[in-house]
Amino acid sequence: MNFTSLPVLSASFWAITAMIAAVVLSSTAGEVLTAAAMKSIGDLDEIRAHSGLKGAIVAVLTCPLFFAGVFFMAVAFFALLFTLNHMNLGLAGPATASLTVVTNAIAAKFFLKENVDRRRWTAAVLICIGVYFLAH
Amino acid sequence: MILILVSVCAPLGNACLAKGMTSLPELSLAHPFSLFAAVFTPWVALGIALLIGFFASYLTALSWADLSYVMLATAWGNVVVELLSHFCLHEQVSFQRWLGVALITLGVAFVAPGPSRTVQPALNDSAPLETLVEKGAPR
Repeated sequence: MNFTSLPVLSASFWAITAMIAAVVLSSTAGEVLTAAAMKSIGDLDEIRAHSGLKGAIVAVLTCPLFFAGVFFMAVAFFALLFTLNHMNLGLAGPATASLTVVTNAIAAKFFLKENVDRRRWTAAVLICIGVYFLAH
Repeated sequence: MILILVSVCAPLGNACLAKGMTSLPELSLAHPFSLFAAVFTPWVALGIALLIGFFASYLTALSWADLSYVMLATAWGNVVVELLSHFCLHEQVSFQRWLGVALITLGVAFVAPGPSRTVQPALNDSAPLETLVEKGAPR
């Protein structure tokens, strides 16, 4: 029996999985790090009210976590460009968009200690399925 | 207003990127710098401009709301793009896509009325957690 003829074991399956995983994981890492940075900085509207737009920009640009987040978002961006160049948008779009909703909710709960309650989990699942249908 | 900007700029920016990248010849990992050249093509450049607008409003939203709230509450941007493509571009929308619109709208309706922040910001240590747990009507 030729196992490589099975879709799950073919090289293209693993290549597609690796590309989607790279986009989803780097995007999640970027968003969690950026959210952690913005939480540590505080409300930008309040900072802008006290120190002006320049003060708000300085507050963001002097936070090391922000640059870590931007780095992973840049990785996700170029991974997405690469993926879109090799895959149909009909597959890459729904897979990355819907998986990112779920991985972000999980990462927000465990890394940012957010209270992702039943209401947010329900919304995450509904939106995940909805985005899949919409983009497929 | 901030959440509306986050919602609309991201899907429109991604759509521009997709249009720009699919019109280019296939790129290879052997020539990684060809990815940087792609940034200067018109559709990709427009997509990047929209994504910069998204990023500025996204950072502002994250400074006063949870990631899990912002991410879910702004998901209806996909719905806006779908409705625009149907009513402005007169594109055919399948039953499956209308089902997606309904599910996203339902999901956003679930999360939007809830608290926007459930963790204490680092710079406001003097404020008790109880006052912050239910803080923040959506802006």
